[in-house]
Amino acid sequence: MSGKPTEEIERVAIRFCGDSGDGMQLTGTKFTEATALAGNDLSTLPDYPAEIRAPAGTLAGVSGFQVHFSSADIRTPADSPDVLVAFNPAALRANVEDVRPGGMVIVNVDAFTRKNIQRAGYEDDPLPALGDRFEIVEVPITSLNRAAVSSLGLGSRDADRAKNFFALGLMYWLYNRPMEPTLRWLESRFEGNVLEANVRVLKAGHAFGETTELFPGSFIVPRAKIQPGIYRNITGNTAMAWGIVAAGVQLQRPVFLGAYPITPASDVLHELARYRHFGVKTFQAEDEIAAISAAIGASFAGNLGITTTSGPGMVLKQEALGLAVMTELPLVVVDIQRAGPSTGMPTKIEQGDLLLALHGRNGVSPVPVLAAYSPGDCFHTVLEAFQIAVTYMTPVVVLSDTYLANSAEPWLIPDVEALPRRPVEFHTEAEGFQPYQRDPETLARPWAIPGNPGTEHRIGGLSKEDVTGNVAYDPANNEHMIALRNEKVQRIAQEISPIEIFGSDSGKLLVIGWGGTHGAITSAVEAAQEDGLSVSSIHLRHLNPFPPNLGEVLGRFDKILVPELNCGQLTPILRSEFLVPAELMAKNQGQPFKVQEIRDRIGNVLDEEVR
Amino acid sequence: MAAAASKLTSKDFQSDQDVRWCPGCGDYSILANLQRVMPELGVPRENFVFVSGIGCSSRFPYYMNTYGMHTIHGRAPAFATGIKATRPDLSVWVVTGDGDGLSIGGNHLLHTIRRNVNVQILLFNNRVYGLTKGQYSPTSRLGMKTKSTPDGAIDHPIDPLAFALGAGATFVARTIDVHTQHLQEVLRRAHAHRGTSFVEILQNCPVYNDNEWLEVEDRKQRVGAALVLEDDEPLVWGSEGSRAGIRIHDGVPSVIELADDHDAVAKGVAIHHERHETPAYAFALASLQRPAFPLPIGVFRAVDKPSYGELLEDQVATARSRRGEGDLAALLNSGDTWEVTP
Repeated sequence: MSGKPTEEIERVAIRFCGDSGDGMQLTGTKFTEATALAGNDLSTLPDYPAEIRAPAGTLAGVSGFQVHFSSADIRTPADSPDVLVAFNPAALRANVEDVRPGGMVIVNVDAFTRKNIQRAGYEDDPLPALGDRFEIVEVPITSLNRAAVSSLGLGSRDADRAKNFFALGLMYWLYNRPMEPTLRWLESRFEGNVLEANVRVLKAGHAFGETTELFPGSFIVPRAKIQPGIYRNITGNTAMAWGIVAAGVQLQRPVFLGAYPITPASDVLHELARYRHFGVKTFQAEDEIAAISAAIGASFAGNLGITTTSGPGMVLKQEALGLAVMTELPLVVVDIQRAGPSTGMPTKIEQGDLLLALHGRNGVSPVPVLAAYSPGDCFHTVLEAFQIAVTYMTPVVVLSDTYLANSAEPWLIPDVEALPRRPVEFHTEAEGFQPYQRDPETLARPWAIPGNPGTEHRIGGLSKEDVTGNVAYDPANNEHMIALRNEKVQRIAQEISPIEIFGSDSGKLLVIGWGGTHGAITSAVEAAQEDGLSVSSIHLRHLNPFPPNLGEVLGRFDKILVPELNCGQLTPILRSEFLVPAELMAKNQGQPFKVQEIRDRIGNVLDEEVR
Repeated sequence: MAAAASKLTSKDFQSDQDVRWCPGCGDYSILANLQRVMPELGVPRENFVFVSGIGCSSRFPYYMNTYGMHTIHGRAPAFATGIKATRPDLSVWVVTGDGDGLSIGGNHLLHTIRRNVNVQILLFNNRVYGLTKGQYSPTSRLGMKTKSTPDGAIDHPIDPLAFALGAGATFVARTIDVHTQHLQEVLRRAHAHRGTSFVEILQNCPVYNDNEWLEVEDRKQRVGAALVLEDDEPLVWGSEGSRAGIRIHDGVPSVIELADDHDAVAKGVAIHHERHETPAYAFALASLQRPAFPLPIGVFRAVDKPSYGELLEDQVATARSRRGEGDLAALLNSGDTWEVTP
């Protein structure tokens, strides 16, 4: 504990920003881990360019990581950071306007050379003018860092690489975070001089905070009062990968992942590739089409086939996905949406693929669609998707997005014993076997796999005769089979719990969201409720089919507002399916909603009514 | 199961579906011969899986009374990879054509061969698109006039075997739809091989490209037009009075006329070896095209390399022996965790 005074605060949001080679994502991640262990609720927002190393010191290369932590329940990475740590003028320029007025801006003043200032597009040193609006703290991070490692004989290039850990140590001091998790991580990762350099620099940053006169004291954010249990920090992509591992365990079949590298989905492949001892087989395919095709082949052979991708890859998979619909094989397709169209902004956020998931194929090709609403929820959503897939013999699409994929939150570790367990049972009876005979409850066809004698059968993309599955061109049969496949997907609604409403069961305004906007919407609605407005919200995990009571819930509110990070995809469906005047709130900036934006819109919608 | 397999006959492999290829199509002969070979392979019927893409040849699985998938255009090798990677116990056969395999599906063919996935790939080459009614294919001859090339095709054709060799194929063979004994033997060899077996089957399309392979299909003409490859035997063909051999010098093949009493090897004729480590020799053979050379049929190359599936199973076994069987609760609780108390 510091010898300087400490002040208790409820919450704070810090953004680290620098060149994409400065290690900002690592710094943010380590700060997040320490914060999780300090017992705070937290939410993070990594924001980085697609370029691996854009030219140093330019706006194009700025990488940032925001972490919001609190002693109370929080749901978003915060609209605006209270503290900005900027490693160079470009990082300052790209981020400073986001900082809340009066917020603290810590800059690596060593990087504010004439050249760097101009490269960032400033005419003159911006710090004096910014001092009117922010609390500027100038720290010579580069030189303090070099001094800390001077006796180790590292070249200046190697020495400078540790400077992010100087800033990390300083922030640990300022917010009284434990250094031990980071020290443990360093010891597991490095050795010799490099380990020594990083440890020294981290501690030097911490000691600098204690001794410098720049900071009169430090802050304490007490532990959050959240649901009791064992927690860990988790990102959406890790949760997704672990949910896939869990599916193999809970359904008692081996998992086969076919995947092709694509941002921001690759981390799921990386993570799953480490779990061969769970019997998980990962296959880095030659392209997106081969990835889904191999997964379907694995499903036909009796495995849990899955493919993971993002928008452009999702487009390529559609023909094979249509085959999975026609052959009625279980399959999970994870689309971690990113900003489009085309290559778009691969590292930025959008909810642009809902209509693609629902309607991206030729003909009538219904697939169930689920969307995760928080990083940790990716685990439960993909597990549920597998259960639906094997129970109803259907491909299922799971939507995540760049925000959920990369951001982290404390996660209540589920009790494995309490997780749903639905071991797969194959059809083995040869007598009377027909590949398209259906279960009367679920309309699922039997899953009979190669190796089982007497149930040899052929499936494919050609139109199927009811029951036998033989190739058929009969007009009435075709219509009947289309209806059956539609009905089968609609019957999944019988497994969906009624919608939980956040707020009153009826009122003037219902805000509806889906996917990664849950935190921002819920926080905004909560703020509006505290201000006395008649507003509630619901968040849809099931986008096809909808929860069975959705229409009834919609009918209990005068107005409906649908915030979406697209130009309206759920909104037109609600309008056409339920004939309600759903109003769209669209945002297409590659960034998540800010709580305040939604809060303001709620006010506008309700004020208009008062007028 | 092995006992049951030995009692199977070709009839056991015939499905109840009417075969619907055009009269005279080479596919009929291939189907019948495959159904004849299947019972001899010692594999229970339920362990066979036939996978196809789109095209005339790709209707094949419907006519085999085994497990089968008729998938999407060009992607059959990828589906087969998923099946075989997860079920090494199955005997997986891909049936494709020159359009399906070498045009839209060229990428998957390349990568499946490169990985040495332990499947049999039968590419029926009739040098034309049949199901879409007669457009030229990637193996059609330069100048071929079709509905889509009224002035003649201007793309240079690809040789399927050269393609497979370029991809690093460990088993490469060519046979002929109507050459029953040869076809059956090549299919047996393909099945026995570990890794990807790539077999080009010259197949006649009587409707859109009739008699494309007449010289080697017709029994009488075949003697002078086909070079039958036999391991450790010289590259010699022709009938009495018109024998000739192939010499390969600096990778370049040439024809040597042989009198009936000539010792072919002494005259410089190359001896066929399926097991050359380098694919260069087989590549030279694949360059032999009519009419300057005889068309080689038989096994061009058969070398031993670990298959994708073996390497994958090794990794799974190693991971399990090093880390034990996966424990979900241990995974979820791994790393840094903390407890929130009431």
